[in-house]
Amino acid sequence: MHNPFSLSGKTILVTGASSGIGKSVAIECAKMGARLIITGRNRERLDETMKQLEGDNHQQKICDLQTDEGMKIVVENVPLIDGIVHCAGITRTVPFTYVTPEIVKEIIGINFIAPLTISRQLLSLKKIRSNGSIVFISSISGTLCSYIGNSIYSASKGAINGLIKGMALDLAPKKIRVNSVTPGMVETDILSAGSISEDQLQEDMKRYPLKRYGRPEEIAYSVIYLLSDAASWITGSNLLIDGGYTLL
Amino acid sequence: MNIEEFIKNFSELFEEAETAAFTPSTRFRDIEEWSSLLALSVIAMVDQKYKVKLTGANILNSQTIEDLYKVVKTK
Repeated sequence: MHNPFSLSGKTILVTGASSGIGKSVAIECAKMGARLIITGRNRERLDETMKQLEGDNHQQKICDLQTDEGMKIVVENVPLIDGIVHCAGITRTVPFTYVTPEIVKEIIGINFIAPLTISRQLLSLKKIRSNGSIVFISSISGTLCSYIGNSIYSASKGAINGLIKGMALDLAPKKIRVNSVTPGMVETDILSAGSISEDQLQEDMKRYPLKRYGRPEEIAYSVIYLLSDAASWITGSNLLIDGGYTLL
Repeated sequence: MNIEEFIKNFSELFEEAETAAFTPSTRFRDIEEWSSLLALSVIAMVDQKYKVKLTGANILNSQTIEDLYKVVKTK
């Protein structure tokens, strides 16, 4: 059957695959026929993702992308690939006046510097095939709106938005496409948002025209689209997936 | 740590409320200026000054400044 959305025959690197959006992206990409290389910091949780991947020949690498060493492990061990999905990301809910240089370094390091560096190093080693696709997980926070206590996270995602446009231009001659998806709040983020109460979450959900947060797989499906040949004329774009949140 | 110092740190997060108006029995959520941003600021202040990680639930379950002080003290 003709299916331009298939990832069959493609090898895809997914960072941050031990939880949340990254985990879902890895699982759904495998279902679409891709061979995966997944990375994460936590061996136990990454093993759990690995077990859920359909098909054979997947690989996993334990690494902390906050360190040069961690990025080196990824870059050196990755074979020739057709796509990258940069899912590794963190957030810290801290009012701007309490932001410390350490918080800035940590958030910008993982959310912005790491995906940029890994992409650049893989390109310089010619490990990304022509017709390849690089997908960043951006956010409505920092591109269309923000949340209280979220200034540095927003800055990191705003930076991603600029980066993909420049990268898309510079990598066009190599026929490598660069895009981002721009999710609203996804159910997975809630676990890490310990400083927000359950009541506040329920209240926040009501502000979405579709009356709920997104599910990780709903982000994964958009990522699959951008990785696939169905999106072969899409580069430098941001795909908004927010249940209508930013319409209001 | 003592409660006087805690109240001073707590009150300094507010822009408009008078410092003198804060006592151990002040029901902080009744203060007009109280907001979710102030709740986050309390969490950040306690983390910075007392090296204690409060949760949103800790704040939600506290009625007065003294309630909150006790949580910080026992954590």
